[in-house]
Amino acid sequence: MAAGDTSTLPRRELLGRASALAGLVVSFAPGMRLIDLAAAKPDGEAASAEVRWGMLVDTTRCVSGCDACVNACATEHGLEMTDRPEIDAQWIRKVDLIDEDSGKEISLPVMCQHCEDAPCVAVCPTGASFRREDGIVLVNQHTCIGCRYCMMACPYKARSFIHINLTGQRTHSPRGKGTVESCTFCVHRVDRDREPACVEACTAAGHQALLFGDLSDNEGELAQRLGEVQTQQLRSDLGTNPGVHYHGL
Amino acid sequence: MGSVWRLLPLIMLTGVLPWSVIADEPIFPRARGERCVEPVGVMRRAHFEFLNHQGQQTVERGIRIGRHSLAGCVGCHAARDQNADWVPVSAPGQFCDSCHSYAAVRIDCFSCHRAVPEADRAMGN
Amino acid sequence: MNNTGYHVAPAQGFWLFVLILVPMVIAALWSAHQMDTAGHAITGMNNQVVWGLPHVFAVFLILCASGALNPASLSTVFGRTRYAPIARLSGVFAICLLVGGLVVLVLDLGRPDRLQVAITTYNFRSIFAWNVFGYTGFIVIVGVYLACSMDNAPRGAVKTAGYVAFAWRILLTSGTGAIFGVLVAREGYDAAILVPLFVATSFALGTAIFLIGLVLSFRWNGQVPDPEVLTKLGRLLAIFVLVVLCLVAVQTLTSLYGGRERGVVEFLLFSGGVYPVLFWLGQVGLGSILPLMLLYSRRARGCASILTASVLVMVGGLCQLYVLIIGGQVYPLRIFPGYRSSSSFFDGVVADYAPTLWEVLLGVGGVAMAVLLCLVAMRTLPLLPRALPLKPGTLVRDP
Ligand code: HEC
Ligand code: HEC
Ligand code: HEC
Repeated sequence: MAAGDTSTLPRRELLGRASALAGLVVSFAPGMRLIDLAAAKPDGEAASAEVRWGMLVDTTRCVSGCDACVNACATEHGLEMTDRPEIDAQWIRKVDLIDEDSGKEISLPVMCQHCEDAPCVAVCPTGASFRREDGIVLVNQHTCIGCRYCMMACPYKARSFIHINLTGQRTHSPRGKGTVESCTFCVHRVDRDREPACVEACTAAGHQALLFGDLSDNEGELAQRLGEVQTQQLRSDLGTNPGVHYHGL
Repeated sequence: MGSVWRLLPLIMLTGVLPWSVIADEPIFPRARGERCVEPVGVMRRAHFEFLNHQGQQTVERGIRIGRHSLAGCVGCHAARDQNADWVPVSAPGQFCDSCHSYAAVRIDCFSCHRAVPEADRAMGN
Repeated sequence: MNNTGYHVAPAQGFWLFVLILVPMVIAALWSAHQMDTAGHAITGMNNQVVWGLPHVFAVFLILCASGALNPASLSTVFGRTRYAPIARLSGVFAICLLVGGLVVLVLDLGRPDRLQVAITTYNFRSIFAWNVFGYTGFIVIVGVYLACSMDNAPRGAVKTAGYVAFAWRILLTSGTGAIFGVLVAREGYDAAILVPLFVATSFALGTAIFLIGLVLSFRWNGQVPDPEVLTKLGRLLAIFVLVVLCLVAVQTLTSLYGGRERGVVEFLLFSGGVYPVLFWLGQVGLGSILPLMLLYSRRARGCASILTASVLVMVGGLCQLYVLIIGGQVYPLRIFPGYRSSSSFFDGVVADYAPTLWEVLLGVGGVAMAVLLCLVAMRTLPLLPRALPLKPGTLVRDP
């Protein structure tokens, strides 16, 4: 390793010549950096298996025609609609249901269900579809080859493939052509103790149909609510054990 | 001594011509901030290893406070044009492109990653 | 080299084919490049139908590949010495067809530039990853088999390689079937019967494409293949087509009478617009009944009708895969049983898919590449057995 590094040095030294002056100026810096790095705290904490992030969708509170969650998601992740809806990415969508027997109407959001036994994870040839320790199912966009097998496998139609060149992505939500993506439960927020954007928006809109939390924390609000009301997971017959639960279906 | 004389025309030219024309070596806008996240020599040599590692840590394990964040690089290394608009770090002649086109390295990072700082989070995450 | 009975194909005509095929291959590469730079938006594929025409062609070529190995297996595994002279051709066809199929598959990826990732990182739970092993293994094993048979290796070695290749190709097609079979959420695919169906289909398609290749490459040399072999392969083809038809019938009937997939079967067979047409007209009519009539009727049992039947079987195979792969996707997922659903994301509605020229170019280019590779192989390796000369003025001689 070290030998390899030295052997490639000259080329990089050459590259650096242009900025030799800048290099001189900071030649003291390295030592100083090392000292204050040694005192620095460890690089954050990894997602932990003690947690399983999940969500409760209370369809009795979800309002037909309200798109607050969908819009919040689009803003948060920079999802832009084109004039071809069939190729647009939709991480969360509102679905309107009509009971075939009773005619009862229900409106609810559907997003990645963050399954425990996720079909997308099982089929991904490179392992780019993966489940984080804390139960969030993600696409590692650095290793996704764009085969779309996960989209074939997902029972919830939760994933989108990027069909076009994108520009203007958000800093915290890199996205790009040729890979598959889906709801991330807003990992970038969750990792910083914030709620997903859709949940925040639903609450702000006064509906409170979405509750986000730790499924394995029995004292937590989510687990408490799940104990109180009758809930259902989508296509529970498939045994995927989604992290998203629905009430009122 | 002779070499200095031979270099003289070059040295004189530097005042007249942009750097890139003479040396054809990577020239890029000065970064903001006082210093880089690692010593410059280390950075030149290993920035892609840092980035790969950080990318892996963030995506797979949710660790978000490392120094080698790509958003961070963009935050310090993106420059503004005459109209004070951000220029993508990956644009021709800009920071990330300068050395790479010189060294014939191609990166795809900025097909996904934002190449300019974002208004509300100038330093990224 | 034990190649006394064999010869290399003549130069005559070779360049003409190259002149036709190379532009087709270039068109495919160009199309892939377009898809890579502009994105898949230029294809008919979308977020509802994520696998399109390129996959139909890729799966088609892969099935053809493993089936094209049949004559080699008949010779080495089942001891039918009559097929021994054409065993090499069979192996070479198999490899070339597989390469053609894989090229299409890879060029259709969203990030073909990350092929290296696909080859170096595996998720061993993924049937797709196992298939990647299956494909590479197939090429290696058939390659070894060919090398053994051409390099005068001991009979035992040739035989062993032949056995391994046979076992491997069964696994390979089972794996290809399982790619769809494991998609439990899609009602059109959730069936254990897909695995035997794919194996049978590969037998039929492979025999058909081999017959075409055999007749044409002999004809290229001014020779005719052993008539007995033609008739026997023709008969085999008929049996395979029948088996496929039976499996399709079983699958359909079990679904129609009580299966959970009833809706999708009704859709594909009756109500689904282009899909029932492709099913009844393409797969069943042109691809099964007509070839069976050609192969079984007394009057039309000549070589020309075997060739026609083979071509029809290929057409039927393409239709079959189109109905299965595309039809299975356009039919909406049932996320909410008992409800009628609608959304901005095409929930509850049949999706649209129409392939664009780019996809056609890519798919057809894959076939062209397979054919081109076969030709180059025949032009450089002693693959063609010495055989009866062709009667002047006939395309093929009747057996
Ligand atoms: C196909 C899109 C895509 C491409 C191409 C891509 N990334 Fe990423 N990258 C992502 C996504 C998505 C994340 C996860 C963001 C998160 O979880 O907050 C990420 C996160 C990262 C992070 C951690 C977040 C940060 O800003 O520090 C680093 C570092 C990183 N990528 C480096 C790279 C490098 C280097 C390349 C080029 C070699 C690259 N990426 C190419 C999509 C991409
Ligand atoms: C806090 C602002 C800041 C951040 C964040 C930052 N840099 Fe720097 N970087 C600088 C400055 C300032 C310099 C100029 C040299 C110096 O003074 O250290 C520099 C120099 C460099 C150089 C050497 C250029 C030369 O002179 O040859 C490289 C390479 C580099 N940075 C890459 C990166 C990468 C890659 C990242 C992201 C992982 C990054 N930088 C993040 C401020 C930053
Ligand atoms: C001082 C010159 C220089 C600057 C500035 C620079 N790079 Fe590099 N970079 C290189 C060189 C040289 C290589 C090739 C290293 C090798 O392959 O050995 C490289 C390679 C890379 C790679 C790995 C490419 C691959 O796949 O082999 C990545 C990723 C990368 N750079 C990202 C960046 C980013 C992002 C920036 C801007 C923040 C940047 N670089 C700025 C010189 C530079």
